Amino acid sequence: MTITQNDDPKISTDDDGTGPNHGEPVLRGKKRRRSAADFARQFLPPLILGAVIIGAWYYVSYGLLTQERRFLLRPPHEILQVGFLDWDHFSEILQALWSSTRVALIGLAISITIGFFLATIMSQTKIVERAIFPYMVMLQAIPILAIVPLIGFWWGYGTTSRIAVCVIISLFPIIVNTLFGLQSAERGLHDLFTLHHASRLTRLRKLMFPAARPAIFAGLRISAGLSVIGAIVGDYFFGQGAVGIGQLLKRYSSRLEGEELLAAVIMSSALGVTVFLFFGWLQNIAIGKWHESSGADS
Amino acid sequence: MTSAESALQSPEVGTPVLSFDHTQMTFPDGTEAVRDVSLNISRGEFVTIVGPSGCGKSTLLKIASGLLEATGGNVTVDRDRLGYVFQDATLLPWRTVLSNVELLAELHDIPKVERRQLALEAIETVGLSGFVNHYPRSLSGGMRMRASLARTLTLKPPVFLFDEPFGAVDEITREHLNDETQRLFQSEGFAGLFITHSIAEAVFMSTRVMVMSARPGRIVAEFDVPFEYPRKPELRFDPEFAALSGEISRELRGSHQ
Repeated sequence: MTITQNDDPKISTDDDGTGPNHGEPVLRGKKRRRSAADFARQFLPPLILGAVIIGAWYYVSYGLLTQERRFLLRPPHEILQVGFLDWDHFSEILQALWSSTRVALIGLAISITIGFFLATIMSQTKIVERAIFPYMVMLQAIPILAIVPLIGFWWGYGTTSRIAVCVIISLFPIIVNTLFGLQSAERGLHDLFTLHHASRLTRLRKLMFPAARPAIFAGLRISAGLSVIGAIVGDYFFGQGAVGIGQLLKRYSSRLEGEELLAAVIMSSALGVTVFLFFGWLQNIAIGKWHESSGADS
Repeated sequence: MTSAESALQSPEVGTPVLSFDHTQMTFPDGTEAVRDVSLNISRGEFVTIVGPSGCGKSTLLKIASGLLEATGGNVTVDRDRLGYVFQDATLLPWRTVLSNVELLAELHDIPKVERRQLALEAIETVGLSGFVNHYPRSLSGGMRMRASLARTLTLKPPVFLFDEPFGAVDEITREHLNDETQRLFQSEGFAGLFITHSIAEAVFMSTRVMVMSARPGRIVAEFDVPFEYPRKPELRFDPEFAALSGEISRELRGSHQ
């Protein structure tokens, strides 16, 4: 930032340090004042609904279920006590969660690598795109349960197979979104690069990939969520090696440990939400300043 | 095709820097877009082609720039550093004004420091100095066009092609941009080929106005514009200006039938 727009230090100071000031300090200030009301409007409704759901939960646990059948739905405070506040149980869940997170991240990284590579060559050659696309759709259409036995045959019942499930489940959205993004640069911009004799690589680096970023991030968010699901499903079927959240869910359900089971479910959901929010945040950092969708979601 | 050097080192007015020699363009579907266009443009000339929509005006520019291959005739121009201003500003939305203006110098491998210098100069020339760090989405249509002009200026091109660049902006902004374009034409000394369907715009900026007929596009009339540069905005209300515009308009209507 070599040239500052606003010379008045009183209004150009960016007191929250969130980033460069683009010369609209007055507007920003107004926005911040208004945001207290916005905050209430945004978070009050889900909080109220959450309270209603917990109330209904208590009603089912104590009002509808008899003592003997209460294990079907333990009341919330017992889940909190047994699943979260009992360190033995909670650390077991956290460890399993970490193991599954690692699998999901490795799977996602492999998907991103393969996905970017395939989408890039598909964007360069129409023939390759036509050749690959139908098989991508077929791969996507296979229910994951149907190929779990095959994956087990090929790669055993350990971590490799868990990762394979993640990759298979999360690859498609990355390829499709990246390819769509790479093809989204306007004709006029391509003409501009043609006029100035840009090489294929320059065009890819300076035009197609930057233009693809919004679509890439949309794909990443979908794939990251799917990868978490893949890690849990894979773990459920492949029991060798470190215990992940899938194995844990299986164990708790077979022992009818309702509190731990629900705690593990809640933590899996929390993992999914975290991954989703993380990629949303990353998206905002990467393209928030120029893309229309910035700030529209969190 | 002349080399970049010779184009730059021929400051005398009158040396052709862009010529169409019996240029023909028939598209694969059989549409004849351009028929037998011959036209020489020299340094110190600003030529405007006016014609009805779809008469092949833009096709001529695409042929000149090499975006399209003509099906007949010859085109002579130095394509190494051709200035081309598109109908849209064609800015990269993820780049700030400054780095958008730097783009062409970047594509031509001009070193970073020099590139920055060229860009800042060009931005100042078009009056966008206060907006270097803005993203295109926060600029008005006219400002985007200015950024686009600045981007082309960084190459100091001997030939400037304008493909109806001001068609999408409002009347007042358009007049401002016309003012600036003729000012740039004066200060930078390029040869200009401008495409438009606005007669007022054509007469105001040009040294010569060519009228093109509807498909197949042919040049049917040519007018020299006698007014001195720099031209003042009031020129638009001059009786002589009106008379010339009227004549061009008549030709244009005649060619349309």
